[in-house]
Amino acid sequence: MPKLQELQDLTIQVRRDIVRMVHKVNSGHPGGSLGCTEFMVALYNEIMELNEGFDMDGNGEDLFFLSNGHISPVYYSVLARKGYFPVDELNTFRLINSRLQGHPTTHEGLPGVRIASGSLGQGMSVALGAAQAKKLNKDSKLVYTLHGDGELQEGQNWEAIMYAAGNKVDNLISTIDYNGQQIDGATEDVLPLGDLRNKFEAFGWDVVDIKEGNNLEAVINGLKEAKSRTGKGKPVCVLLHTVMGNGVDFMMHTHAWHGKAPNDEQLENALSQNPETLGDY
Amino acid sequence: MKKYIDQGKNDTRSGFGAGLTELGRTNPNVVALCADLVGSLKMEKFIEENPERFFQIGIAEANMMGIAAGLTIGGKIPFTGTFANFSTGRVYDQIRQSIAYSGKNVKICASHAGVTLGEDGATHQILEDIGMMKMLPGMTVINPCDYNQTKAATIAIAEHEGPVYLRFGRPKVANFTPVDQKFEIGKALMLSEGTDVTIVATGHLVWEALIAAENLEKQGISAEVINIHTIKPFDGEAVLKSVKKTGCVVSAEEHNYMGGLGETVAGYLATTHPTPQEFVGTNDTFGESGTPEELMAKYGLDNKAIEKAVLKVLKRK
Repeated sequence: MPKLQELQDLTIQVRRDIVRMVHKVNSGHPGGSLGCTEFMVALYNEIMELNEGFDMDGNGEDLFFLSNGHISPVYYSVLARKGYFPVDELNTFRLINSRLQGHPTTHEGLPGVRIASGSLGQGMSVALGAAQAKKLNKDSKLVYTLHGDGELQEGQNWEAIMYAAGNKVDNLISTIDYNGQQIDGATEDVLPLGDLRNKFEAFGWDVVDIKEGNNLEAVINGLKEAKSRTGKGKPVCVLLHTVMGNGVDFMMHTHAWHGKAPNDEQLENALSQNPETLGDY
Repeated sequence: MKKYIDQGKNDTRSGFGAGLTELGRTNPNVVALCADLVGSLKMEKFIEENPERFFQIGIAEANMMGIAAGLTIGGKIPFTGTFANFSTGRVYDQIRQSIAYSGKNVKICASHAGVTLGEDGATHQILEDIGMMKMLPGMTVINPCDYNQTKAATIAIAEHEGPVYLRFGRPKVANFTPVDQKFEIGKALMLSEGTDVTIVATGHLVWEALIAAENLEKQGISAEVINIHTIKPFDGEAVLKSVKKTGCVVSAEEHNYMGGLGETVAGYLATTHPTPQEFVGTNDTFGESGTPEELMAKYGLDNKAIEKAVLKVLKRK
């Protein structure tokens, strides 16, 4: 995989973007963002088939919906570095008059974003609609989503999960960021999710586990496997096993950095663990 | 006053069904979704003629609103169908985030609004939906008065880019507006000119307002009747022009007086031309089981209630 080193470099740069963005405004969500960095980099740069530029309908290209909108830092960084908007605009994250709202939205017209998210549990339903529109339009491209594991506590997801299988929406790949953490602690303590693989399979989904969700090569291979299972009558679920806060040692393996920004010293520490690759914004 | 003739009682939900059927034939981008209430929403004909453009969601209204939002991505014009209660209160946050804030071109079509749903009782009789929907930035709110107007409104909203809440009802009511009417979103209709009082009515209460105006005429009171089918955007100018002439106003709606048309009228006039106003609507209460007629009478929503409100407001001029 000749591109792998380039993508590794991009992954490190995105991590730098994430911690710098949340540090600057002393708010935002670094934990889940860092945990999903490999996934987002792989998805946008190796997996999805995308058109040049951006239009809302996205006909003839793959679509992505971020359901757990609070991990906007990783989303914005990956979108900017893919060319959807100027990388410099990451400087405006969470500031007044910015297109980079705390949670992603179409409201300010940020290219790359097709739905507002933040209030949890809504993204899969939206993706189902987009997937059904693709089928009506005879568009063979795919629809991808990302959800937090804790987010599955929202009941609307299970309406969507039931609908997707019952209606054979097989152009959909929904990924669960399976990090076992949520705001108030471990999912196991807050509200146990049970056996997610068995639950999705019982609902009629095809399930792919990516055991090393922070290993770029493993993520790429896992997503390619998921892609190969589309078009076979079942929606596809990817259980992406990640570590929240991955890549910044003091943020890892804890829910503490779900929605907390590093101070100056912590920022320097985090950046030293992720030396500049493609250039800071 | 101008006389209106009931062309034969019909339900506004059937007007919706007829409008949707016509859209199915004329607009290939129109798709329909329903949460297990196809018969109640009169969607059968659309489904029969366009099975590939219909999505049966099951009893999962939150999912339906999200799917509708998603269908717009790719150019579809989704019409969701369920009861007004399940179209609004049950799914407020889904509408707020995935439809209104996201600016999606979804048409939320809501039947069985208000107390005239009847015997099913208060769990199903929403009287707060106009308020919830009109408070959402960018949402258009329409409450047509009869079968013909509901059909015309259904067809018109497909041409309007942006989210719409279309509210209609269950009972068979007078059908008195023209069969071939053109529906202009946001444009009030002058039904009958008068000089003593303005009655601004929406939905099922428009016909009641016309009856009240006839009764008032016999008492020598000249009432101007305006049909506000679009509560948002509100045609304030039409109401302003009328009250400048009459000097007082009665608003009439099958909805809580808080949050409804009356409040919109009052807010507009308070900032332009303060005018004595009486509200015909429910008074901060839930409904109950009963026939539509019994409920309209008990909750003060019929022509007698409008007449009473007019006599009261006239004394305040």
